[in-house]
Formats: sequence, C-alpha cells, structure tokens
Amino acid sequence: MKKTWAAWPYVFWMVIFTVIPLFLLLYFSFTVKDGSTVAFSFANFQRLFEPVYFKVLFRSLVLAGISTFFCLFLGYPVAFILAGRSFRRKNTMILLLVLPMWMNFLLRTYAWLTLLERKGLINTVLVHLGLQPLNLLYNDFAVTLGMVYNFIPFMILPIYSVMSKIDRSLVEAAEDLGANPLAVFWRVTFPLSLPGVLSGITMVFMPAVTTFVISRLLGGGQYTLIGNLIEQQFLTVGDWNFGSAISVLMMLIILVSMAFTSRYEKEQEGSGLW
Amino acid sequence: MIRLVNISKQFDGTEAVKNINLHISKNEFLTMLGPSGCGKTTTLRMIGGFEYPTTGEIIFDGVNINALPPYKRKVNTVFQKYALFPHLNVYDNIAFGLHIKKVEKKTIDEKVGRMLELVSLSGYERRSVYSLSGGQQQRIAIARALINEPEVLLLDEPLGALDLKLRKDMQLELKAMQKQLGITFIYVTHDQEEALTMSDTVVVMNRGRIQQTGTPEAIYNEPINAFVAGFIGESNIVEGIMHGDFHVEFAGKHVECSDQGFAAQEVVDVVIRPEDLKMVEPADGLFTGVVKSVTFKGVHYEMIVAAHGIDWMIHSTRMRPAGMNVGLKVVPFDIHIMKKVMEE
Repeated sequence: MKKTWAAWPYVFWMVIFTVIPLFLLLYFSFTVKDGSTVAFSFANFQRLFEPVYFKVLFRSLVLAGISTFFCLFLGYPVAFILAGRSFRRKNTMILLLVLPMWMNFLLRTYAWLTLLERKGLINTVLVHLGLQPLNLLYNDFAVTLGMVYNFIPFMILPIYSVMSKIDRSLVEAAEDLGANPLAVFWRVTFPLSLPGVLSGITMVFMPAVTTFVISRLLGGGQYTLIGNLIEQQFLTVGDWNFGSAISVLMMLIILVSMAFTSRYEKEQEGSGLW
Repeated sequence: MIRLVNISKQFDGTEAVKNINLHISKNEFLTMLGPSGCGKTTTLRMIGGFEYPTTGEIIFDGVNINALPPYKRKVNTVFQKYALFPHLNVYDNIAFGLHIKKVEKKTIDEKVGRMLELVSLSGYERRSVYSLSGGQQQRIAIARALINEPEVLLLDEPLGALDLKLRKDMQLELKAMQKQLGITFIYVTHDQEEALTMSDTVVVMNRGRIQQTGTPEAIYNEPINAFVAGFIGESNIVEGIMHGDFHVEFAGKHVECSDQGFAAQEVVDVVIRPEDLKMVEPADGLFTGVVKSVTFKGVHYEMIVAAHGIDWMIHSTRMRPAGMNVGLKVVPFDIHIMKKVMEE
C-alpha cells in the first residue's frame, strides 16, 4: 500500500519554498528590465565577466579556500584525538564544540569585533605589555579568522564521525604487520578518514564562499565578497536581475564541486555525513 | 618457544584470564578451545601484543616480551573478521607488511605471487577485497600474515564465518600449510571438532582458567573433569558417590568402574559417552528405561532413554523406536569418574 498522499505536504512545501524561488531566480537572471518592459537577455551573465566582479569572485574563492585549509589543518587533529579510544571526555568535548553553534551567528561574530578592535581586548593587553597595538580588524586576517571560527565544527564533526567508525581491528592488523603508530596513521587511518575530510571540506567551503555577514562585520564596509555583492544587488542597488545572475553562478560553482566530491565518495565506498 | 607464566588479565575489575601457565613449542599446532568468554581470545591477544597482562610474564625465546608493542613482535595474526584493509586491493593488502619494511618492489612482487599461489588465488592481485567471497577474504588474510614469515601465527576463530563445507576444506588446508611451512600455529576456536581435527595440542579453557592441556586423543578419551567431557564431544554427566576404589554409585546403582584414588564417599561426576552406552534386552541391562525420542543424525541415531529419573543420550547405528523398553549397559572401562569442578 502506497500512501502517496502523505508526501503531499512536503511536495507543497518544496514547490512553494524551493522550486518557485529557483525559477524566479532563473527568470530574473535571464531577463533585463527596461522601464516597464521585460526582455530576455544574457546581459547579466556578460556583466559577471567584467574584471571588477571577476576579482570579487576570485577573492571569495581564495578566502574560502584559505579558511577551509585552516579548518582542516586545525580540525583534523581535533577529530583524530576525539575519535581515539583513550580519550575519555568525548561527549563533553563534542558538546563544547557544538555549543557555540546554538548561539546566534551574528552575535558570535560580533563578539570578535570587541576582541579585535583597535581598543579591543587583545590590543589593550598588548599595549599594557608595552607593545604596539595591531591592526586586527577589517582585513583578510579578520575575515579568515571569522570563517574558521564559525565553520570549524562542520569540519571536525564529519571527520570525527567517519574516524570513529573505522574498525579498530584494522588498526590492530596494521600494527600486527609491523606498522608503528605513525605508519598506522599514514597507511590506514588517514586514507580511511578521507571521506570525512571530503564532507568537511564541502561543508566548510560552501558556506565560506557565500558568506556575507562575516565579511561585512569583520571585513568592514569596503570589503566585498561574492556574498556581499549579491546582498548589495538585492538590498542596496535594487538590481534583482544581476543579483540573480550572480546567485545562479554561485549555485553552479557549488553544484560542480559537489558533483566532484560525491563522485569521489562513491569510489571510496565510504560514508560521509550524508 | 613461547611460555606464559602465571598470566592474569583484568578488565575493569573483572578477571578475564586467571593465572595461566602454558608452554608452546616450535612447530606446534596448539588450539585454545572453550566457550565464548572463557579467556581464549584474550590470551591470544596478549601473545599478539594487543593486550598487556595484568600480572605474569610472556616469554618469547627466553626473552620477556610483556611490554613489547605488536609491531615489534615476531608473530602475525589472522583476525576473526579478517580485518582486510578496505582501501587497498588484494596485492596491497598482502604486501602491507613488506611495504612497511621497505622491501624492494621486485621481491614484493615475487613474494606476493608465491603467497597467492599458496592460498590458490593467483591472478587476484588487482581485485578489490569487497569483490571476494568470505573464503577468499580468509585466504587473503592468511597470506597477508604469512608473507612476513612469522615464527608464530595467531589465528582467532578464522573459520567462524565460513559455511560448513568450506570450513572443513580450510581446516585441512591450514593444517597442511602449517606442516609445509613449519610455523607454530596458535589457534583459537569454540568448535571442538575443529580443535580435535587440526591440533597437536588442545588447551581447553573455561572461565579464564585452563582446564586441561593435552593431545586431542587424550582430551577426548581422558577428560580431566566434567566440563571438559561435556565440552569435547557429547556426554552423559551424572552425579555419583565413590564407595571405594573401583566402586561407584550413581542413579541408584552400585557399579564397578576403573577409577581409584578418591576419598571414601566422595561426591563425583560420572561421565559416560553416548556411544559407550549399549542398548540391550531389558533383562540384561544395568538400567531399564523407555526410549523417549529418536533423532536421525546421519551416521548414527541419537536416542534419549529415560531411566532412573535421568535422560540418557545414546548414539547407536541401530534404531529403537520411541516408547520401547530397553536395557542399558556400559562396561567399567567406559565409566569415567571425575572430581567435581569447583564452582566459584
């Protein structure tokens, strides 16, 4: 017996909140408004290739890439330690990791403002120690820091989840065959944790590319990433058509990167977070 | 070659292995046999280096290896669920140990080829381990361990996941391999038939203690206590009282037996193998009883005969139908008297 009617609310929901907005986005991106007439056009997409926007896109990708790298670099060891069987306070640690995520995203990012400000906590301490205050805010450093801080749980959790599922007997088998702890890691644990790494990279890179709050708050008003550009087009400039075109481009980038990772995951036959 | 001296192992207060002493000689096929939770796997893991004994010493060729980590020990293990590396193909799985030792590529190729031949899986080098059947994975796991030319091979219920036919074939193959390679095998199983078939020495364990060590014949024919008798093969075990040398009372009968040296009136276990109980005319029997059930077992019939309040299990090639009155007879030599196992 198929209760197809049970799916209807979801279909309804999807249509209203996903399908229709998507079509609207596509519609806006392929049209230009000239007074009261609307015409089909590729002009919005052509504009994307202007050097200004290209530079913004490039910078967004680079910053997101750097942030993802640092999340991986810092998050992997954490996940490794958490998944170790000798680590006792596992659940407490995971709770501590997840806890900040319960707080408002904006609030968390604002908190960094007061820390990094010219007269913020860090610089006050530096001055008291007789050092020069540092320029910590409104630069690449601040934005990267904000991204790493906000997104690192999304790196740690999938890696942890994959690592803790690695069969203990595989590690024992490697030891049995003469592998010292370092060799066990490079030859067994690391390759088997790759699906988690991949999930983590996807989950960090995607929001990092599109974020506009972090770059706005910690990067200052002048600091434009692709997310800010979209926001500007919709809220400040009022050019929904161009804003839609940028969004469509973003979606394409994300789709392509997801296609790559999901293909890789299938080859690995591992399980990511989804 | 390996000696375990007063080995005990505790896990969070519970004692898994209690004061084990064992000597394993070169080229021996030694099997540790017992029900699950008897400490046999823990003992094996201590020899492999995956667990460290709480007290006692593990001596390997005269050297104490208590604290030596697994990767420094000259033993290799075949794991219960094979533990093949899922990210490596058959070749790389087998070559793992040699890669670690940074052996030359040419030598590795040669040795992997020879190993695959040994386990009759030549040509499987590039296959993914997922594409192999349980039996094939088992062979790869054995090849992966043997390629390191260990002095001792540890096998933790390696045939547990295989079906009966394959298991029997693999038993013979393993035994043949052990003879051919001249390696010490320490084998853990809960399957008594497997233990009897393959081993030079069987160590029967229960509740963390060694119950009996001996050749398969000795273990089967002269079990030291009721546990061993019950675990190795099938047995009728009843309580009896010794009234003196060669004189036991059980099931209300005074019977001549072949054992001596017990205290007067000592309560003992009387063990009689099902094939040693003979069914005769009621008038000729030591006991008389009624056949309760008959089960066909292939080579023989298994019959349960109720006599003197006890259900006796009898194996015979001659079937007596249920409900028939029969007499039961047993010769003194087949009555085994055992000291009661101390319960703790």
